[in-house]
Amino acid sequence: MGASLAAPAGRASAWLTPWLAQLPPPAGELAAVQQRGRRALAEQPLPSAREEAWRFTDLSLLAQLPLQPASSAAPLPTLPPAEPDVLRLHLDGCGDPLAGLDLPDGLQPLSAAELAQGLGHTLAATGCEHHWSVELNHATAGRVLALRVASRARVRLELVSTQPAALLPLRVLLVLEEKAQLELSQVLLAQQAGLTSLVLEAHLARSARLEHGLVALGHPDAALLGQIALEQEPESAVALTSVSAGWGLARLEPRLLQVDGQAQSTLRGLQLVDDHQIADTHSHVQFGGPEGQLDQLHKAVAAGQGRSVFNGAVRVPRAAQRTNAAQLSRNLLLSDRARIDTKPELEIVADDVKCAHGATVSSLQTDELFYLQSRGIDADQAAGLLKRAFCEEVLRQLPTPARSSCPLERLLLEAR
Amino acid sequence: MIRPDAPVLLEIRDLEARVEDKAILKGVNLTVRAGEIHAVMGRNGSGKSTLSKVLAGHPAYTVTAGSVTYRGDNLLELDPEQRARIGVFLGFQYPVEIPGVSNLEFLRVATNARRAEQGHEELDTFAFEDLVRERLQVVQMDPAFLERSVNEGFSGGEKKRNEILQMALLDPLVAILDETDSGLDIDALRIVAGGVNQLANADNATLLITHYQRLLDAITPDYVHVMAAGRILRTGGKELALELEQRGYDWVDQELAALEAAQTRTPAEVA
Repeated sequence: MGASLAAPAGRASAWLTPWLAQLPPPAGELAAVQQRGRRALAEQPLPSAREEAWRFTDLSLLAQLPLQPASSAAPLPTLPPAEPDVLRLHLDGCGDPLAGLDLPDGLQPLSAAELAQGLGHTLAATGCEHHWSVELNHATAGRVLALRVASRARVRLELVSTQPAALLPLRVLLVLEEKAQLELSQVLLAQQAGLTSLVLEAHLARSARLEHGLVALGHPDAALLGQIALEQEPESAVALTSVSAGWGLARLEPRLLQVDGQAQSTLRGLQLVDDHQIADTHSHVQFGGPEGQLDQLHKAVAAGQGRSVFNGAVRVPRAAQRTNAAQLSRNLLLSDRARIDTKPELEIVADDVKCAHGATVSSLQTDELFYLQSRGIDADQAAGLLKRAFCEEVLRQLPTPARSSCPLERLLLEAR
Repeated sequence: MIRPDAPVLLEIRDLEARVEDKAILKGVNLTVRAGEIHAVMGRNGSGKSTLSKVLAGHPAYTVTAGSVTYRGDNLLELDPEQRARIGVFLGFQYPVEIPGVSNLEFLRVATNARRAEQGHEELDTFAFEDLVRERLQVVQMDPAFLERSVNEGFSGGEKKRNEILQMALLDPLVAILDETDSGLDIDALRIVAGGVNQLANADNATLLITHYQRLLDAITPDYVHVMAAGRILRTGGKELALELEQRGYDWVDQELAALEAAQTRTPAEVA
């Protein structure tokens, strides 16, 4: 049950040492990375509530999950057939997702040399290479999906993963050359206890465009730790839309760096919690130069005794003059035992900037409910329509493949 | 049209209601038969809008005494959605904007809820589109409004037309229109009034709540009621509305003062 996840058990990281000791020896293309990750985990304590970034999210509950790295793929869910120009890859942490596939024009795997050079570059640039959840992924991931989108190419990609009763480490590296365009729909599903660990980094060269839609539908006994690091050269554009629901614990950390400013970043987030679930988004946007733009909307729906956390950091140093950033956090509180913690964290040194931020927390509006009821729509259905309308603002930003893998009804069902 | 033998649709007896701690309705009596159009007039604060909200079941209002029967059954024990399904319709003075809920989907869900109650089959998306396009003509509304969110960004006139469109789809037996004329220009008023006239027939009834005579120039009422201080002070034909228009509401105040004086005197005389 969801309740079990919320109850911390024993000392925070007592499980970590024996767990590290019994991992299979480092092997494969990421052997060196695994070794470094394991060393880091052995030395670094588990983040605790004493750290500001983990104040509300208790990782000690990981001790109760099956954390053996996945050794065989979980059965795939039934999904609608992929659109004809979309390449769908199954990322299961075990097999080679590219085996036996013809890649579309403009999409190539990175060579070993390119991989050695690129892996971890954006994580370091965005300041999260040593984060605990990154080290956990590094300690266990045996594979990386490393792809390049060639200059001026336009590619549509779909990544689908299902978490077995185990730890599923997913590692992705994407390189977008000048004027490359990538639409990336990513679906993470969990229907049993376990942990999904995602580390995705992408580098966008000048004028490249990335549209990333992440849909993560979990299970009350499953946890998700996701790190998405994006590095943007000038004139590039990123639109990241993430939707999570149903996880006992979901922690997403989108981190974004506009290397020399002059780029466009759009962040859309939606998280739904119920029962004893926790969803926590810590976003971090750094402007490294002038005239960067950020448009961020984060929404949360909290029911039951669920807890939603949002922390939106925006860093505008002196070099980032004429930055235009807007951040809005909107929250729907559906029960008096649910909890919302939302915090903007703006650090502005440049003096000629526009940085707006705001946060709202409300329940369903009585007048809206009554209006719907006065037309014959029963109270539950009216509440459902209003909840869906609240979510729709983010859901409609998802690329079509991500959206069709995540029908609204399913999502709202997960959230009940 | 007044037919003394027509069935009674709505019977309000000694109705009293409050919002929070404030008593608003203080004994309303009204009988509405099939085929009739009633106008309820009165100053701001006289209780007109409260009456309409109480009839529709707004949760903020508490009935403290009296009864309301709809076709012989107790209306007050029903949830707002049940009242709507059995044919009581409230046209809102301030229709609510609901961003993110498509007008078309809202209209379809509402129509099907009413149809289920009537024993009609549910309309699928296509059948409903045919129906709604036909009913749009009642209020000369652009089909583009169906694609927008419920009332979102609609002008005052568009919102009121959307209310009458809902009435046209839900086919109520008792329609209560709360200041449907407020905020309308002459053209919009003509269209909205035309819609109401088209929908009125021998089997249903309309309760128009209004401040002004001008709506009643376009929709001829069978009865005009004047409300003051939470009750109906006087009832007459359409000429009563004309009298109000000419004389203003001052005489209502005088009549009310006389009534209240009489009431405070009564216990002393009895003693």
